Amino acid sequence: MLVYTLRRIVGMIPTLLVISFLVFFVIELPPGDYLSNQIAQLKAQGEASSVAKLEFLRHEFALDAPFWQRYLIWIGAWPGPHGFSGLLQGDWGWSFEFGKPVEQVVGPTLLLTVVLNFTTVLFVYIVSFPIGIYSATRQYSWGDYGFTLLGYLGLATPNFLLGLIMLYLSNRWFGLSVGGLMAPEFIGQPWSVDKFLSVLAHLIIPTIVIGTSGTAGMIRRLRANLLDELHKQYVTTARAKGLSETKLLVKYPMRMALNPFIADIGNIIPSLVSGSVIVSVVLNLPTVGPILLTSLQSQDQFLAGFIILFVSVLTLAGMLISDILLAMVDPRIRLGAEAGR
Amino acid sequence: MSILSIQDLTVDFKSMEGGLRAVDHASFSIAPGRTTALVGESGSGKTVISQAIMGILPEAAQITNGKILFNDPADGVETDIAKLDPGGRRMRDLRGNRIGIVFQEPMTSLSPLHTVGDQIGEAARLHLGLTGKQARAATRDMLRLVQFPDPERALDTYPFELSGGLRQRAVIAMALICRPALLIADEPTTALDVTIQAEILRLMNQLQSELDMSILLITHDFGVVANMAEEVVVIYRGRIMESGPVDEIFRDPQHPYLKALLHAVPRFDMEPGERLAPLREIKPETGGHLMKPREETGSRGAPIIEVDRLSKNFMLRSGGMFQPPRMVKALNGVSFTVKRGECLGLVGESGSGKTTTAMAMLHAIRPSSGQIRYDMNGEAVGGLRDISTLQGEDLMAFRRKIQVVFQDPFSSLNPRMTIYDILSEPYIIHKSCNVAERNERIAELMRLVGLDEKHLGRYPHSFSGGQRQRIGIARALALGPEVILCDEPVSALDVSVQAQILNLLKDLQDKLGLTYVFVSHNLAVVDYIADRIAVMCRGMVVELADKSALIRDPRHPYTQALLEAVPEPSLDHLLDFDALSAGRASDPQAWPEPFRPRPDGPAPELTEVAPDHFVLAPGLTEAAAA
Repeated sequence: MLVYTLRRIVGMIPTLLVISFLVFFVIELPPGDYLSNQIAQLKAQGEASSVAKLEFLRHEFALDAPFWQRYLIWIGAWPGPHGFSGLLQGDWGWSFEFGKPVEQVVGPTLLLTVVLNFTTVLFVYIVSFPIGIYSATRQYSWGDYGFTLLGYLGLATPNFLLGLIMLYLSNRWFGLSVGGLMAPEFIGQPWSVDKFLSVLAHLIIPTIVIGTSGTAGMIRRLRANLLDELHKQYVTTARAKGLSETKLLVKYPMRMALNPFIADIGNIIPSLVSGSVIVSVVLNLPTVGPILLTSLQSQDQFLAGFIILFVSVLTLAGMLISDILLAMVDPRIRLGAEAGR
Repeated sequence: MSILSIQDLTVDFKSMEGGLRAVDHASFSIAPGRTTALVGESGSGKTVISQAIMGILPEAAQITNGKILFNDPADGVETDIAKLDPGGRRMRDLRGNRIGIVFQEPMTSLSPLHTVGDQIGEAARLHLGLTGKQARAATRDMLRLVQFPDPERALDTYPFELSGGLRQRAVIAMALICRPALLIADEPTTALDVTIQAEILRLMNQLQSELDMSILLITHDFGVVANMAEEVVVIYRGRIMESGPVDEIFRDPQHPYLKALLHAVPRFDMEPGERLAPLREIKPETGGHLMKPREETGSRGAPIIEVDRLSKNFMLRSGGMFQPPRMVKALNGVSFTVKRGECLGLVGESGSGKTTTAMAMLHAIRPSSGQIRYDMNGEAVGGLRDISTLQGEDLMAFRRKIQVVFQDPFSSLNPRMTIYDILSEPYIIHKSCNVAERNERIAELMRLVGLDEKHLGRYPHSFSGGQRQRIGIARALALGPEVILCDEPVSALDVSVQAQILNLLKDLQDKLGLTYVFVSHNLAVVDYIADRIAVMCRGMVVELADKSALIRDPRHPYTQALLEAVPEPSLDHLLDFDALSAGRASDPQAWPEPFRPRPDGPAPELTEVAPDHFVLAPGLTEAAAA
């Protein structure tokens, strides 16, 4: 088991390398870069003095180097104009758009992004698990139909619309401040109990809004998986032993239906992040989503590259967790991996 | 006093198209300590009866009449199971405790996520109130009782780590851990190889006397019935046709259905030329295009296919990223010759490589080494040609000459194509004739296999298993082949249908001058249809001879073990359970000299021990060479 985990972690390194290369490649695909766009603009306005400064900056950030060198400098495997200074060394690059290091731009948002993602995944799982089981064991009952209808509504309603409605209602009924992840008076303040509670209260709406469609999909998947399992021979065997229906359900088919459920942890994260960009803008959430949007618009390459890479790392971490959980839950995976040794 | 008495039981199924009566006023009883066999073909309602006894009927089914009286010898209380709530306390107390059940499929009847020990001990924890530790000890004893090689270790293994035979032992242990008064065995050995079947049957016999329980054995196999049962109940379409002690049933069957069924089973002691009598015989109607003399037919008895030192290795993906893949030898130097006009039987247990051989002969897989030569008589090049060198038009011509009938009649026909589409496809692929002639030929094919050409517009689902298999045969015959490879064509069929298909295949061979390669695990079936038999084990041919020589005078220890393990549907040739050596017989390392294979030697060659009787015996070969 330990060997399996270690091997999975080692296996992530080449994956990360490939991802980082792809990210860099895609970001560099549009012609020019942030600075050359600026230069073109300034030239059009006839401001030659600034152009010289920007040309200097271009050299400073090695933007005039060939593609592969730029990539290696970015990840920190090649000396840049100021020696080795890239992702591997902990230097996340410079954001031209915001005029400060990437670290300072995204730093405050990263933790909140992770927290929001974590609570959303938790929400999706906590809500969909009992409903999925209910729907499968009482197939074609009124409850099943009701949840199915709700699920389709959840899938079909645009997230931002749902967000706006919920914001309005919560403001009317509970007096929650509109938007943001905390009440305005706490922004920039040190952490305190009140601030924490405020963050929790403000997490509810985004969590529900971002999680709805994921929950709906998850309920359908769990229901389908469980329905498949309920009629398998081993369930009949267990019933023939005299187990009561509830015990039987929990011990056998539910364990089996858990597999796809766990395997989805990794998949759900990128869809949550990319799906939450608009919601984050609408709800004014300080997550990386809106920053990613701005950076892509202005071709702020180091910033965009870093955020995409960050989301990839989150996804890989999710995959790792789900793989390890799967190996723990399912002996076929665990022993299959060890049987080959 | 009977332990279980079923009186006037009726079970109805509700469905969209209206009701279906699965069991119709059935009555029979099971005596204490005895084995009662419930015999019937698929769909006869025998499994429904077992489900009714266990209270695990599907939701759509309902007991509409009758009683199921269970008389527990432990406390003498009589319970009417039909009246109990299937999910209720009292039924659950009986189920798995006083009545145990063993299902047909050992592969699927255990949960893959729980250890064997956990699943077996569960019933003991539930019914006997044992603690986890006590249950573990009880499970260990039980595993020892069902003769697990290493009970202590087996407790913590998962079902997928065990072979089919061991899994079925585990299922039996699970059913018996609470020492039930009645064991229901629902086709307990149907999914197993014949040597393992014999061991499981022996085990059930031993356990019965040890635990003093009654067994309700549900089966369609008269061989199993003859060897196991004391009482026999024959069921047909939900009705009990006949019941009585086993010797009366076999020696003096009364009901015409039972008589017919007994005559439909192939036996080893059949007279040469004796035909099976299916319930409904098909008369193949021949004429027209199919009977047109083909341009040439080589002389009968000349080699048509030569399989020469064929080997096939499969690479298994291993778990690790950097480990080399493991190699499995599916075929190891297989050589034999098929003669024109004969039927060669290929017999072996699962994993013996018989299907791989057949697929290689079809040029459907590429062998790792060795050759298959086919007699392309009269074609441009002519003579025996290595089929792996055939290309273009030659290859198409070869494909027309050799066709295949598959095992599973349900998955081998595309459910989205009508029978007309299925039968016209070969003609379309080979662009062999115009539409008018094609339609005539298709109609002829239908008549040839005894089907009505009016049904050409139907889809496969509206045909029964036997009818579908006939469609598969018609498809194989469409292009006028010389050779037909039959890959277990009757093993998914009921006894009566099996006889029908076997007779049809025999008649077609006579009329059309076909050559068959008949792959099967069932020795009796192969004995009925084949002229010569090749026995395969672990990717090697171990014995090859005329069928009479092979059946009467088997030389190889594996062939002998295989023959010993076949339960014959007759009381005169009962299995000798004490003499069974089957478990070890399929392990080449356990064969005595001169049969033991040489691990590092060249590909094994057969030795001729009698005229046309070949045996794999490296010791003899070496002696002859020396």
